[in-house]
Amino acid sequence: MGALIEIPEIYPALTPREALMMIAEIRGVPRSERNKRIEEAVSDVRMEEWIDRRIGKFSKGMKQRICVASAILSDPCVLLLDEPTTGLDPRGMTEVRGIIKSLKDKQRLILMSSHILSEVADVCDEVAMIDHGKLIVYDTISNVTAKVSGGENVVEVGLRRHVDKKLINKIAASVPSIDTIEKSDDTTLKIRFKGGLDAQERILASIVRLKIGIVSYRSASSALEEAYLGLITSTV
Amino acid sequence: MINMNETEIVRGNKVPSNLAQVRITLKYTLLEYIRSRRFYILLAIAIVISAILTFVVGYYRPASFLASDLSFYSGWWGNIATFVIVLSGLFFGGDAISGEFQNKTGYFGVPNPIRRSSIYIGKWLSALIASTVILGVFAAITVVNGLYYFSSVPYQFGESLLFAWFYLVAVLGFIFFFSSLFKNSSMSIIVTAILFLFAFNIVQLFVANLAQIEPWFILTYGAQIIGNVLTVPYPPHVVTTVGREGFTLTTYNPSVPEGLAIMGIYFIATAVLGLILFERKEFT
Repeated sequence: MGALIEIPEIYPALTPREALMMIAEIRGVPRSERNKRIEEAVSDVRMEEWIDRRIGKFSKGMKQRICVASAILSDPCVLLLDEPTTGLDPRGMTEVRGIIKSLKDKQRLILMSSHILSEVADVCDEVAMIDHGKLIVYDTISNVTAKVSGGENVVEVGLRRHVDKKLINKIAASVPSIDTIEKSDDTTLKIRFKGGLDAQERILASIVRLKIGIVSYRSASSALEEAYLGLITSTV
Repeated sequence: MINMNETEIVRGNKVPSNLAQVRITLKYTLLEYIRSRRFYILLAIAIVISAILTFVVGYYRPASFLASDLSFYSGWWGNIATFVIVLSGLFFGGDAISGEFQNKTGYFGVPNPIRRSSIYIGKWLSALIASTVILGVFAAITVVNGLYYFSSVPYQFGESLLFAWFYLVAVLGFIFFFSSLFKNSSMSIIVTAILFLFAFNIVQLFVANLAQIEPWFILTYGAQIIGNVLTVPYPPHVVTTVGREGFTLTTYNPSVPEGLAIMGIYFIATAVLGLILFERKEFT
């Protein structure tokens, strides 16, 4: 198992290669494999250029990427990430999230704890919500949000053009399974619908066919927050 | 439950033995110390002190230093070595454990299969080696000056050097205890600095003169053997000086076995307590 607890500091006078060599030795990685594993882990977190520079001058985001590399160094089956983006600036958060998403490609179980539910919605496939040490719910994100909203799901659609009433009516008339459409901001729509991933896929296909300049489509980050608040309220 | 012994297998990897874990911690902590600014600052302090002494003795030629080879080493080494030791201990040990909590460097190593006792011992040994280097530089400059003036090194200096190193061991044990006690580096460094530079000396003075009790329970009292061994004959156990107004001043001198026992007990007691504290402290 590999673990990353919050944002650890790394001894500033060491280089990433040395710090990771220390972890490799502690974890008993065979001597012949250490350099190869270190270089692979550093490559996974996109820090190849910095591998022999002193850590003391790194930003928090860079240090966190090295910490992620230390967690995956021994190629663990299970990776535990405890609030991996807490305390990072927006750039650092984006970098670390991108790396976590890329780690999902390799066959391993990643458990991530976070209070940032938009991050959970963005990165995770399944979610477990715990309140006062008690597991309230464990399911896919779409199922969790659907449970709380009575089977209703929400997606956010980003457009290249401005949203107006005519456009909303056009979508409502052409796309099936939609309950409501709201304008989030000038270029974003929030669509509520019933059903799971199949319905979500059908809606996307229908909107694409309308050729209205769709640039993004994803589960609404606020939906998970609403689900969380709904579930916690019921347990207070 | 993860059993962190040497037979544990982590995806085909054999976790190192406790001794190997100590070696790993020692290696990387020492690397960190040697590259750190604090090492060079301390080295510079030791060299500056030596340079000042070299100038003062060479320019003013004080009789107290140049009367004999023993008086030279007593004046040079006997007076300054304990200060260099305490300073080295504070620089390398003051935040060795508390810094792991305050700076969160502990979070980097602790999630891995390594015993806290291995971290503690590895860090302690690193601090001992780094401090020994500093003490060694100061001793080397002392010997070079001693050879210049007297062309010989008395065997008592060798004894004093050994006692000084033993004192360093005890001081680091004590400082590591305080470093484990606090989660704040500044607090652990300030408290130990106050104890060694002021509190122990003041308590020793009051206990010896007002209560007329031998201060055998104070570490700095035991360290007096470092200077005393350079005095021939060895100073008597109790020296009472009567002033003109009838005021008496009592000075106690520990015997060599007594001094070594005080240092040894301090080291064992504080090292064990410090280790227990570190084992039990939560990283929150």
